[in-house]
Amino acid sequence: MGQTFAQKVLGRAAGKAVEPGEIVFVEPDLVLTHDNSSAIIGKFNSTTPGGKVKYPDRIVMILDHVIPAATSKNAAGHAKVRKFAKEQGIDKFFDIGCGICHQVLPEQHLALPGSIVVGSDSHTCTYGAFNTFATGIDRTEAAGLWITGRTWFKVPETIEINLEGYFNKHVSAKDLILTIIGKLGSDGANYKAVEFHGSAIGGLLINERMTIANMGIEMGAKIAAFPADRVTQNFLFTCDLCQDALWSDSDAEFCEVHNFDLGEIVPVVARPHTVDNVCPISELPETKVDQVFLGTCTNGRVEDLKAALAVMKGRKVVPSVRMLVGAASRDEYVKALSQGIIEEFVKAGAVILPPGCGPCLGAHQGALAPGEVCLSTANRNFKGRMGEKEAFIYLGSPETAAATAITGVITDPREV
Amino acid sequence: MAVHYYDQNDINTDLLFPGKYTYTCGTGPEIVEHLFEDLDPEFRSKVKPGDIVIAGSNFGCGSSREQPTLGMKFVGIRAVIAKSFARIFYRSSINQGLLLVQSPEAVDFYTPGDEVLVDPATGILKVADREFPFPPLPADMLAILDSGGLLNWIKENNA
Repeated sequence: MGQTFAQKVLGRAAGKAVEPGEIVFVEPDLVLTHDNSSAIIGKFNSTTPGGKVKYPDRIVMILDHVIPAATSKNAAGHAKVRKFAKEQGIDKFFDIGCGICHQVLPEQHLALPGSIVVGSDSHTCTYGAFNTFATGIDRTEAAGLWITGRTWFKVPETIEINLEGYFNKHVSAKDLILTIIGKLGSDGANYKAVEFHGSAIGGLLINERMTIANMGIEMGAKIAAFPADRVTQNFLFTCDLCQDALWSDSDAEFCEVHNFDLGEIVPVVARPHTVDNVCPISELPETKVDQVFLGTCTNGRVEDLKAALAVMKGRKVVPSVRMLVGAASRDEYVKALSQGIIEEFVKAGAVILPPGCGPCLGAHQGALAPGEVCLSTANRNFKGRMGEKEAFIYLGSPETAAATAITGVITDPREV
Repeated sequence: MAVHYYDQNDINTDLLFPGKYTYTCGTGPEIVEHLFEDLDPEFRSKVKPGDIVIAGSNFGCGSSREQPTLGMKFVGIRAVIAKSFARIFYRSSINQGLLLVQSPEAVDFYTPGDEVLVDPATGILKVADREFPFPPLPADMLAILDSGGLLNWIKENNA
């Protein structure tokens, strides 16, 4: 019987053949932490006073969640992280303005095929787009990893998702992954690995793969992985960085198989307050919005911003809507600036946010008022997510965000 | 001992601890102020050490924030019993030394007012007069739980 991607990666790291259900101890290649590094430093210091991190070169710290600092307490947290990174010789420290961790880490070519990355952030699964075994952990486990360099995994069973065909105009990766989550459910892949297969894979660009892998956690997946191919190599500029890539054998055993035809996907939204509450926009009653948010680690890349402008076609944001736009990283921001994209959004009436997590987590920037409705390109629409329990968040694609911004109601981008 | 019963699936960590506080509240006393805030605003005033939480499937889904597990451990929750748990939350509970018991049968059987007893040593969960055996954690995870969490385990084992 062949092996799955998860079996191969964990088996290589554990130095033995492994089976689903088995517990293995491994040393991850990288441990990512963000603003929560500050709390992790406290745990580290109380566990090993005056201690040094075991592998400074395997630690990545990126300040992105509440940037620039909203309060002096946030600022003190950031200051603590900067000091610790310097004292501990952590070179892979990225200060505010570099961008969202899940965009910056791949940009720095740190999410490598076949490697293991853990992060104290649930959307660490994004790096599955690069054939990385990447998954979320809590702060305490990150502190433990700084000290010992190792952790445990239960070897997961694997779900195979086959993708065939091509997207229709103004339909994109976000509609696909929301449709998948709507079908499998919020716990449809809990404890399991997801592998994406099929003839459509080769045609999916890195930004599209990132959008899809990013939301693997929204169906509970431990990892959501793509194979390393020419698209991956082009992103990494070289084949050398792909030499450790792994993929499942053709006779690997999958616990479930699902098939999706990209040509049948239509623009959808996830309605409040769960990500699997998905329906085609055509079936949604008229839904007025107060805010549209285009950005985040799910949909904050230059391709996403361009796709939105292609729907807006020079039309302005309606006065009843506040449109917030944020690029996922400094690099993406610069690309958008040099292509005139940012200017176009500003002229359309949008507010530009710095490259960071922004309103997604509700801690600052663009919080909602009671009763307000937001169409967001982020990955979560949980109650209270954008700072207000009595607000309503719909998740959709950049194209849908654009169509909604120019009409004031949640709109199918094919209709404008 | 009281039971806090939430007859819902997919209770996410934003409901258990809103994201807007995640970068300003990290210690036990800070967390308790907002624990379960958007799920049950009364929780923090009524919770007592030794209490049990019961919920539906996929409990703790969403963000990897550990304030929910850390907070429940801090206020002395004896165990969380659910039909199933989201995986990051499950790991986090072991890391905090918080006992989780997955038993869809027990949750379905439970009626508010029933007495609930959990004994991790024997792997027995008792709801009213009925016993529900649950499988013990693998030895390595049990050692972490018994130490009171991952960092205590690391200290004890100089790992």
